[in-house]
Amino acid sequence: MPDLTTNCAGIVSPNPFWLASAPPTNSGEQVMRAFDAGWGGAVWKTLGQPIQNVSSRFGAIRWKGMAGVGFNNIELITDRPLEANFREIAEVKQRYPKHAVIVSLMVETQDEWKDIIKRSIDAGADGIELNFGCPHGMCERGMGSAVGQEPLVNERITSWAVEYSTVPVLVKLTPNVDDILPHGRAAQAGGAHGVSLINTIKSVIGVDIDTFVPQPVVGGQSTNGGYCGAAVRPIALHMVAALARDPDFNIPISGIGGITNWRDAVEFMLLGSTSVQVCTEVMLRGYRIVEDMIEGLETWMDDKGFAKTDDFVGRAVPSYQEWGDLDLNFELIAKIDAATCIGCQLCMVACHDGAHQCIHPNPDGSRVPIVDEPECVGCNLCEIVCPVPECITMVEVDNGYAPATWNQHVGQGAPLRPKKGSHD
Amino acid sequence: MPPPLPSERSETSFADFKPAYTPGQASMEANRCLFCNDAPCIAACPTGIDIPGFIRKIATGNLRGSARSIFDANILGMSCARVCPVEVLCVGDCVYHHMGVPPIQIGKLQRHATDVAYGEGWRFFEAGPDTGKSIGLVGAGPASLAAAHELRRLGHACAVYERRSVLGGLNTTGVAPYKMRGDRSLSEVAWILRIGGVAIETGVRVPDDVSWDELSSRHDALFIGLGLGADRLLDLPGSDLQGVGGAVAWIEAMKLGAVDLSGVQSAVVLGGGNTAIDAVRELTGLGIPKTTMVYRRTEARMSGYAHEWAAAKQQGIAAAWARQPIAYEGDGGRVAGVRCVHLDDDAQAVEGSGHVIPADLVLLAIGQARLADVVSGLDGVAIEDGRLVVDEHGATGRPGVYAGGDCANGGKEVVNAAAEGKAAARAIDTWLDGKE
Repeated sequence: MPDLTTNCAGIVSPNPFWLASAPPTNSGEQVMRAFDAGWGGAVWKTLGQPIQNVSSRFGAIRWKGMAGVGFNNIELITDRPLEANFREIAEVKQRYPKHAVIVSLMVETQDEWKDIIKRSIDAGADGIELNFGCPHGMCERGMGSAVGQEPLVNERITSWAVEYSTVPVLVKLTPNVDDILPHGRAAQAGGAHGVSLINTIKSVIGVDIDTFVPQPVVGGQSTNGGYCGAAVRPIALHMVAALARDPDFNIPISGIGGITNWRDAVEFMLLGSTSVQVCTEVMLRGYRIVEDMIEGLETWMDDKGFAKTDDFVGRAVPSYQEWGDLDLNFELIAKIDAATCIGCQLCMVACHDGAHQCIHPNPDGSRVPIVDEPECVGCNLCEIVCPVPECITMVEVDNGYAPATWNQHVGQGAPLRPKKGSHD
Repeated sequence: MPPPLPSERSETSFADFKPAYTPGQASMEANRCLFCNDAPCIAACPTGIDIPGFIRKIATGNLRGSARSIFDANILGMSCARVCPVEVLCVGDCVYHHMGVPPIQIGKLQRHATDVAYGEGWRFFEAGPDTGKSIGLVGAGPASLAAAHELRRLGHACAVYERRSVLGGLNTTGVAPYKMRGDRSLSEVAWILRIGGVAIETGVRVPDDVSWDELSSRHDALFIGLGLGADRLLDLPGSDLQGVGGAVAWIEAMKLGAVDLSGVQSAVVLGGGNTAIDAVRELTGLGIPKTTMVYRRTEARMSGYAHEWAAAKQQGIAAAWARQPIAYEGDGGRVAGVRCVHLDDDAQAVEGSGHVIPADLVLLAIGQARLADVVSGLDGVAIEDGRLVVDEHGATGRPGVYAGGDCANGGKEVVNAAAEGKAAARAIDTWLDGKE
């Protein structure tokens, strides 16, 4: 059995699965139930000065009848008394000493940071997460993403926190920036022990087309919220990977953004996340999803021969390259397996309308389409739309050309294979 | 409009065999549809409804568009959603079968969209600009109704002549009530006629009450949608016993009024087609303790649909296979049983195999008479094997006279009648154009 024990920036947990700072970590009673279910750590719902929340707070994207592929919220930080939070943090740590409790914080002044960090550590926090990411409400008051979008402010507040804290400090980054690198580097420069990303993406989740009000609706009005859920995962993966492959960035990453199961978690870890944080899927399905996450990760590690998570964290980073370094002479073509094809012809429509017009009706009258291989550019679209697993495969072609990237072609005149699919 | 059906009808005790979808169920099912290219389900529908299209519209919440797509192809889309043997039509050709995945429940989705349209009272089609032409339609069943609606969209005036007092043909008088009751069929008739410009004459028998010559002089073209004739009966000893009758006539009586089943403990239905299966299921549903289908061939060779017979078997209905009825046995003027012999593989009576299957009621579902003699006075209209001979557009051999539905196809589904009626309407329109 592989060892899932995780040490992320000095914060140790029995497994890499943490609950992100959000409604699922709003109280000690919840966090203890989550730990009972198997979660390795919990980032406590952000503490700060008293706030008042609105009603309603959440919105979701429905896809094929199911809600939640994308989700957003306009809820603020905790609206419970600080005293209650600290009392419950202490109780949780007393009863679950081996689990990680990271306390998320968001305040304004240096004195406030000093005070709240001390009280968090006194309550037993294993780590501190600085909420520099929240893109709604608090940013209007100069906090959350307003801090995360300014590297100098980020670095300064981080340095305060590191100075006041006796436990590891994580900086939670906002994705609402054009380039994540200066912000990760700022946290590192401020002395942060690690970063967590991504926070939510500034968003309008939808509009009620009967009342003409954006969602979620608050008394006939709305505001932008923070977008999360499975749909944001590609954005999060990119930002995690961008930091992981940055030679100037060298502190651990706790990955967040659309993680719904162990596969998603493995993807984040392969791109450099030491731990992962989950919120939306727990909000939609409950703490119980972690049972499969643990089992799935263990089974996958067994299959791959990994004894501990460090054995594979970052393993996909080296193969993430600039476009100009991709081999232009690498060639794939689509193959349709007539034995498993059900004749829906979704591949044909997709290729004709959305790709390069190289899948055609079968001249023998069968509903199994044929691939015009000399024109197939190997784009994957047919494989993506095919409802039958393994029916369409992308097969590598040996075209006789030596590998050549665009940079090599431009720089050294490396020969490129002829273009396909241009129907000249 | 003719009066509504009486409220006291035997058919009203039946619940829907396939319950309607809730909106949530419809949405879930609609979202499973793959939206195939050139979908096989469309090709399997005689009316060619854009099935993936209407299903996608359910999934997106565009129910009005969904219903419009259905009705545009088939104005009888509401009844077809209930009575079509989808298992051997659209659903039977769903590509999911090839994947071992349950096929899309197209009938139930179509019912959802069309029921909402009826409930909301949406109106989709207007009559076309008046052409000054008039078409007479004989019979008020699905074929004529589909033809009339299409003719009205094309701007032609219509007059329907129906011998019964009720409209809708077999949709009203013959559909198994656990699929659709008569009152719902009448609501469909009203839905169709709402396009306006269709004169209705009930209680008119052609050619007895109105001759073909008269019809030809009144109208620029004719459409014949007469359906089939009366039940075929067997000339056996005891045929005159009380309790022996035709299944189609009995079903009509059960749907249009109340049938008296007091004292009936066991019933036999002779036949192996879909009418026979309907009758045994209906008798069982009305509480007859023992109902047996008696068929001269084997189960594998029955002409009724396998899915219909499977449903009958699930109700506990039994069949006696390979039996030839040779006499009705009676008791005080009332039938008490059917004397049968076993048939061997060559359909020859097995010697010494005579036996009596008890029955207080015997219904014959061995086919219906064809209506050849009705059109005998119409020169140029050919009859073959009891059917009116028509080309692929529904044209008979007599210019301006078209036909469709059971009288021309020998007895198929409502959806076939709807398709043939619509096709004939378009052919009539083209023919009238050509005359000018």
